[in-house]
Amino acid sequence: MTAHDVIIIGGGPAGLAAAIELKRLGVADILILEREKDPGGILRQCIHDGFGLHRFNESLSGPEYAARFIDQAKEMEIECLTNTSVLEITSGKQVTAASPQGMTTYQARAVVLAMGCRERTREAIRIPGSRLAGVYTAGVAQSYLNLKNIMIGRSAVILGSGDIGLIMARRLTLEGAQVKAVFEIQPHANGLPRNIEQCLNDFNIPLFLSHTVTNIKGRNRLEGVTVSQVDDNLRPIPGTEKDYACDTLIISVGLIPENELSEMAGVILDPRTHGPIVDENYQTTVSGIFAAGNVLQVHDLVDFVSLEAERLAMSVAGYLETDTLLSADFSKDSIKTSTKKINKPADFAPAEFIPIEADQSIAFTVPQYVSGQADFILSLRVRHPVRNCQIVLQQGDQIIRSVKLRKAIPAEMIQIPIKSGDLVSREKITAVLEYE
Amino acid sequence: MAQTYDVIIIGGGVVGSAIARELSRYKLKIAVLEKELDVCTETSGRNSAVLHAGFNNRPGSLMAKFCVEGNLGFDRTARELDIPFKRTGKVVVGFDEEDLAGLKALKDQGDRNGCPDLELIDHNRIKELAPFIDGEFALYSPMTGILNTFIYTIALAENAHQNGVDYFFDREVTSIARTGQSMTGIHRVSPEYEIQTKYGMSPEQNSLSRTPYDHFRSRWVINSAGLNADVIARMLGNSDYTIYPCRGEYFILDRKLAPYLTMPAYPVPNAKAGGLGIHLTPTIDGTILIGPSAEYIDAKDDYASTQSVMDLLIEDGARIFPPLQANSIIRSYTGIRPKLVSKNKGGYADFVIEERNTYPQAVNLIGIESPGLTSSLPIARRVVEMIGQKEDLQSNPDFDPNRKGILCFKDQTRDIQRSLIQSNPNYGEIICRCETVTRAEILAAIRNPLGVATLSGIKVRTRAMMGRCQGGYCQTRITELLMKEKNLQPQDVLYLRNSSNMFTGRVRDI
Repeated sequence: MTAHDVIIIGGGPAGLAAAIELKRLGVADILILEREKDPGGILRQCIHDGFGLHRFNESLSGPEYAARFIDQAKEMEIECLTNTSVLEITSGKQVTAASPQGMTTYQARAVVLAMGCRERTREAIRIPGSRLAGVYTAGVAQSYLNLKNIMIGRSAVILGSGDIGLIMARRLTLEGAQVKAVFEIQPHANGLPRNIEQCLNDFNIPLFLSHTVTNIKGRNRLEGVTVSQVDDNLRPIPGTEKDYACDTLIISVGLIPENELSEMAGVILDPRTHGPIVDENYQTTVSGIFAAGNVLQVHDLVDFVSLEAERLAMSVAGYLETDTLLSADFSKDSIKTSTKKINKPADFAPAEFIPIEADQSIAFTVPQYVSGQADFILSLRVRHPVRNCQIVLQQGDQIIRSVKLRKAIPAEMIQIPIKSGDLVSREKITAVLEYE
Repeated sequence: MAQTYDVIIIGGGVVGSAIARELSRYKLKIAVLEKELDVCTETSGRNSAVLHAGFNNRPGSLMAKFCVEGNLGFDRTARELDIPFKRTGKVVVGFDEEDLAGLKALKDQGDRNGCPDLELIDHNRIKELAPFIDGEFALYSPMTGILNTFIYTIALAENAHQNGVDYFFDREVTSIARTGQSMTGIHRVSPEYEIQTKYGMSPEQNSLSRTPYDHFRSRWVINSAGLNADVIARMLGNSDYTIYPCRGEYFILDRKLAPYLTMPAYPVPNAKAGGLGIHLTPTIDGTILIGPSAEYIDAKDDYASTQSVMDLLIEDGARIFPPLQANSIIRSYTGIRPKLVSKNKGGYADFVIEERNTYPQAVNLIGIESPGLTSSLPIARRVVEMIGQKEDLQSNPDFDPNRKGILCFKDQTRDIQRSLIQSNPNYGEIICRCETVTRAEILAAIRNPLGVATLSGIKVRTRAMMGRCQGGYCQTRITELLMKEKNLQPQDVLYLRNSSNMFTGRVRDI
C-alpha cells in the first residue's frame, strides 16, 4: 500500500485548486486521482466564456480557466494520475483506484472529495412518453458537440432553465439548429440572469415559466413534445397542452452532487444539498475526509468552487499538522448509513459544535454546523426570488450578522463571511430571510 | 437468389432463441429472421425477469407444465450458458380472509402442478424472509428465481449461433408462400415455404447484414413472432388467433435500495386482470423493479409511459415498499404482453403451439406471454419433438451446449480484478462509473458474436448506461468506441431500432 498525506478524488476545478493551495501551504505529498484522460473536469467542454471574473478578474473560456490551474499544478510538480477511477474509499481513508496500469490501494492521512456532480435525467423527473433517441441532458449534448464534434439534432426544445441548458440553447443555435423554446417548471428562471440575456434574449429564444414537458412523442427518434402549463403545486393543468415538433429535447433540470464514493466511506449527506454535511473546515462527518466544490453543493460559478477549495486546503493543512481538527466522532453514533432519513442536518451537530438552521425561505446552508473557533463563509440559496431583502443570522434573540440584498434569486449562491468573534454564544445559529 | 434452410425461425425473442439453440443440437440448417436489430427487443426483454415456479397457472395447461419444467431445469441452463441467476424465493402476500383463501387456492394449484416446497407462512415468517415487506400471511415459493432476460436471450442466441444457426436482423417477414406440393398434388412431397422479407435499412447501410439476402426458402417455418405471431400465423393460413397487446409499465429503483428487498414480493393475483398485479422484484443486477400495470392498448409498438400509471406506481410502490422515495427512481420502461384474451374476457389463455395439416411443417407459437420466459426451453423442446415426429433428426456431433458470457469485472474479487487488469489493461479503464463497467467489457459487447451494433446492444450486454446517471458520464465515450470499432459515421449510430438515429452528423467537417 502506498501512503500519501493527501489524496484528492477528482482533478476538476475543486481538486486542482485544493492541490495547488495545499502545495503552497507546504504540504508536499499530494496525489490527485482523475478518471478522465486529462484534468480539468467539466470545464473541458465549456468552450463559452465568462469564467474567472471573480477569481482572475477577466473573462476566460472553460478550458482557459482550467489551464491556469493545470499549468500551475504541473509547475508545482503535483502528481495527478489520469485515467484512474476510484472504486472505493474507506472510513479509514484507504483509497482503491483502477487504471490501465493496475489497481492500487493508497493510504491517505487526509482525503479530499472533489468529484463534482452529475445531471438529473429525464427519468429522474419522470416525464411520460417514449424512450427513444433524441433526448439528451444538456451536459451530454455539450460533450457531444464540443468534445466529440458530433451534432445531435436540427430542431430542439429545452426543458429547464439551468445554466447549461441556456448555454446549449445558444450553442445549438450557433451550429444551425433551431431552438424553439425553453420551458421552466418553476415560476422563476434557474439560470443566471446574464445567461438568460446572452443565450436566450440575444437569440430571440422564448422562455416560458411555469411550463413543463408532459409527453415525449415518437417511436424511434424524437418527433415532438407536449408542453403544459403547471399550477402552484407544479402539477400540469389539463387543457393547456401544446405540441412542439422537434427532433431533440435537451434536459437541464438540475445537478446532483456525486457522492456514491463518499457514502462508501460512511460520510453522511445532507438531503437538501445532496452533498456531505460539513463543518466550517469542510470536514465531513468522517474525520480526515473533506469536501469542496460541486460534490459539496452545486455552485453557480466555478470561481466560487476554486475559492471554496482553496479555503478547504487551509483546513486540510491544519489537520495534517496534528492529524486532528476538532471533529465529530460519528463512529459511536447509531446512524451508520445515509439511507436513514435526515430531516434536520443541524440535529447531527455533535455537542461540541454549533448547529446552523435555516428558515423555510432558505434552501440550505453550508456548513451545516461550526466549531466556532474559525472564521468561515456561510453559503446558502433562497428558495424563491425576493427583492429588497435581508438575511439575518441570529443566536437566540441576538442578531450576530445581517446582510441587505437588493435582490436574491435561487440561481445565485449567497456567501456571507462570518468571523468566529461574531458568535456570541454556543447556541444554534439561525439564518432567516426577511423580505417585503 | 434465395437462401435455403431446413428450419427458419421467425422472431428472435427468448422463445425463438431457445428454439434455435435446441434445434442446433441436430444436423439441420437453421436461420432466425428478426425484424429488429438485436434479439430480445420486445416482450422478452421487457418484463419482471422472474423465473416463475408455476403455481399461477391452471393444472393441466401447457403453461403450468412448461413453467414447472423450465424452473426445475434452470440451474443447468444457467451453468451451460454462463448467465447470472439466483433462486431468491418469492412471497405472494395477503392481508385479509379473502386473500388467505386466494393464497390457499394458489398453493393447491401449485402443489397439483408439481411446484416443490410451497408453504403458507405467517407475518413473522414474512418478516424473517423479507423484512421490509408487509403482509399478514403469504405463499412462500422457495424455487422462484431472478435472472437477466437480455443476457439469457443473448446467451441462447449466441450458443445457437456458435452451433451453426444463422441470424438475420432487420428482416421483417412480409409474405410466406407455400411451394413444392401443388405440382404433383401428392401430399408426400415435402412442402417448402418461400419467405419474403424487407429491410428497414439498405444492405449497404446495414452492418448487421452479413449477406444482403431478403428472400428465404425453408422446409420448416417456426412462428415465434411474439406480438406479431397472429400476423405471421395468417401468412401461414391460420386466422383463428388475435393478439391483444396489454402494456405494463415499470420503474427501476436505485441499487442503494437493494438491501431492503431480498426476494420478489407479489400481491394475490386478481383472476380477471391482465397480469399478476403490481409487484416488487429485485433484479439479478442489484436494482429493484416495481410494476407492471396492465392496460390493453391498440398498437403493438406503443411503449410510451403514461402520467397516470407513473403516479399509480409511485403511490402503490410507497405503500407496499416504504423505503421507496421518488428520487430513488432511475428509469422507467414498458413491456407489452401478447395476450390471446381480450380485455373483456380477462385472465389467461394457454400457450398455443400447433401445426395444422393444411400447412404442414409450419409451427405457430401464439400467445406466449408470462410464464413464457420460464417456459422457453420446454417450449423449444416441444417444437423439436414436433419436428422429430415428422422426420428423423440426427444429432449434431459438434454441438456444444456451453457458451461463455462477457466477464463482469464488478462481480470479481479485488484480487481477480487486479490480475484481470494485469493481463488486459482495458479492464483498468472504468467506462461506466455507476455500474463499474470497464473498457474491456464494452469492447467485448461491441464485438458480440451476433454482430449487433446499436447503443442499446452494448447497454443490455454490459449494463453500461443503465445506472443512476443513465449514461451521463459514459454514453459519449461508448458512442466513440462503437463508431471506431464498427467504422460508423455519427449519423449511422442507432439507439435501438431502425430510424433511432442518435445524431445528424458532424458539427464541423475537419
